[in-house]
Amino acid sequence: MGKAKSAAFPYLVWMVIFILVPTALVVVFAFTDRSGCFTLKNLEGVGRYSNVFLRSIGLGAAATAVSLAAGYPLAYRIARTHARRRNALIMLVMLPMWMNFLLRTYAWMTLLEDSGILNHILRFLGLPAAHMINTQGAVVLGMVYNYIPYMILPLYSVLTKIDRSVIEAAQDLGADGRTVFLRVTLPMSMPGVISGVTMVFVPAVSTFIISRMLGGGSNLLVGDLIDMQFLGSAYNPNLGSAISLVLMVLILICMGIMNQFDENGATEGGVMV
Amino acid sequence: MGYVASARERARENFGRAGEFLSEMRRKIHREGGWTDLEKQPIVSLRDIAVSFDGETVLKDFNLGIGDGAFVTLLGPSGCGKTTTLRIIGGFVRPDAGDVFFNGKKITGLPPHKREVNTIFQKYALFPHLNVYDNVAFGMRVHGKSEREVKAKVGEMLGMVNLKGFEHRNVNLLSGGQQQRVAIARALANEPKVLLLDEPLGALDLKLRKDMQVELKKIQQQTGITFLFVTHDQEEALSMSDEVVVMDKGAIQQIGTPPDIYNEPKNAFVADFIGESNILDGVMREDFLVEFAGRKFRCVDRDFRRDEPVDVVIRPEDVDIVPPDGEHLAGVVRNVTFKGVFYEIIVDVQGFKWMVQTTEFERAGAEIGLSVRPDEIHVMHKSKYSGTFGDYSTFSDEMDEDSRPAGGEAR
Repeated sequence: MGKAKSAAFPYLVWMVIFILVPTALVVVFAFTDRSGCFTLKNLEGVGRYSNVFLRSIGLGAAATAVSLAAGYPLAYRIARTHARRRNALIMLVMLPMWMNFLLRTYAWMTLLEDSGILNHILRFLGLPAAHMINTQGAVVLGMVYNYIPYMILPLYSVLTKIDRSVIEAAQDLGADGRTVFLRVTLPMSMPGVISGVTMVFVPAVSTFIISRMLGGGSNLLVGDLIDMQFLGSAYNPNLGSAISLVLMVLILICMGIMNQFDENGATEGGVMV
Repeated sequence: MGYVASARERARENFGRAGEFLSEMRRKIHREGGWTDLEKQPIVSLRDIAVSFDGETVLKDFNLGIGDGAFVTLLGPSGCGKTTTLRIIGGFVRPDAGDVFFNGKKITGLPPHKREVNTIFQKYALFPHLNVYDNVAFGMRVHGKSEREVKAKVGEMLGMVNLKGFEHRNVNLLSGGQQQRVAIARALANEPKVLLLDEPLGALDLKLRKDMQVELKKIQQQTGITFLFVTHDQEEALSMSDEVVVMDKGAIQQIGTPPDIYNEPKNAFVADFIGESNILDGVMREDFLVEFAGRKFRCVDRDFRRDEPVDVVIRPEDVDIVPPDGEHLAGVVRNVTFKGVFYEIIVDVQGFKWMVQTTEFERAGAEIGLSVRPDEIHVMHKSKYSGTFGDYSTFSDEMDEDSRPAGGEAR
């Protein structure tokens, strides 16, 4: 017991220095003006950007939904394949993550550009060119591409842990494939869904690189806004902190709602369906 | 021992008359397969089943019929194919060859959810995300029963397995025995025609196991549902079953009532697997006269070839200890183990180690005589198992434990 405690000590120090203190600083900055006096102006100022917040949450939610819809069947398939081939498949899922994040997103730029590779192919096939770059769709695509492994991995790990005999018991009691999925597999995989959704939604909502590279100037997200307050032309760390604080609270609320969902799933999962 | 002894007496009496005809019939039928109950139409039958996993043969030319309403046990060591047999009937294993019939109808290709059989799995396989009530209700809800029907039936089922008041408990927090009861209630709520039980008591401790044996037997008699029970525990099989199917290496070794199996083992494997046995090499000199351990003995077996080499089975509890008088077999006590009800002693008779169970204490090193009554000598034809079992020279409790794994079989 004592040993475990002392082993956790370095992490405790790390947490205090790099998580608690910065968070406290964000709160302090959010409630003060440039001269360090207490003020609520920053928070009031955040209201002007409500459209940006809505867009961020909307695109983040869309990316999360697409990741879930695409990631669940894949994770399900991988969990069902022979143990020997599973690891290879999971490695394929993680393979893009070995490449630099910026590089990956740049690659999408050259693919999606009006004179990019995809449009070349379309033209070659005699189809009309499509405007893809600098649209909300491109931003969602970028988010899905970058964050879907974080959806697949927790889903995969939960799905492989489902005891085969529980599935057989459901079949044995008269459930066909669809019923087994809806009443057993899906409710039992809810913890994986929750953690996958969290791990995609949170970074997607607060991203700024993806929207800047694939969304152009018109699809500004909260992340871009915060970035601008600290490093950009509109230098105002106090407002930036206030925006961060509001974003943090919004994400916490979203997660709270999700976890509520999970508790329902854990105790009376059948009802959820 | 009283039960076994009296059952033996009865079986012996039958054996001489009508029983002999029946045994003969069984033997004949067994050549092409086996029926667990001759009088009744089988509710489930397997014909010419062959199964192999990854090139390894699990079942071959397998034939079995299960009588309606019976408590039938598949008994055998790990890897003998008993669980595979159960999974074929449940629909989880598709045989490479052969057919499965249910009430005379072919169901070989029918998926599990369309079969009128339910299974109790080795590790219960309860739904961890549902409470006790919803677990038991699962099958009925899937079949579209109204919530009123479901409620009544769940109440009835939980009453039957003594779990009234546990409706809203989390199944993950129940004890092994309680989880087992939920699994039984869940399976029976579906009103199956046949219940398949895959070593359901394997994970329970001894005391609970005994209680559950009694309870399962009671439930089977109450409901009249056919039970097909898989176990590697011979005592469990003997005490619960109407009929026992002894299996080894993917083939049926013997089918019969528990006293049949115990008293008239068909070969050395069955004799060794069911209870303890001294199996000696012998020669059948003529009807009712067998020679082993250098002496001739009167016995009750006949219809062997003259001077046919045979296996002779003598159960440890059937050997009486007498003073060494030169008239009887004589031996030296090598080892004595107190077993509670009796002493288990190993006796060296001309190099062959006999196991004898006696209520009287004998000192290690003592010279004693061994007496065996004619009806306690069982003569078997030689089989591929001859010579592999039956001598207790290397016997120890520890080894016996080791060679009979308790944890069920790996598939």
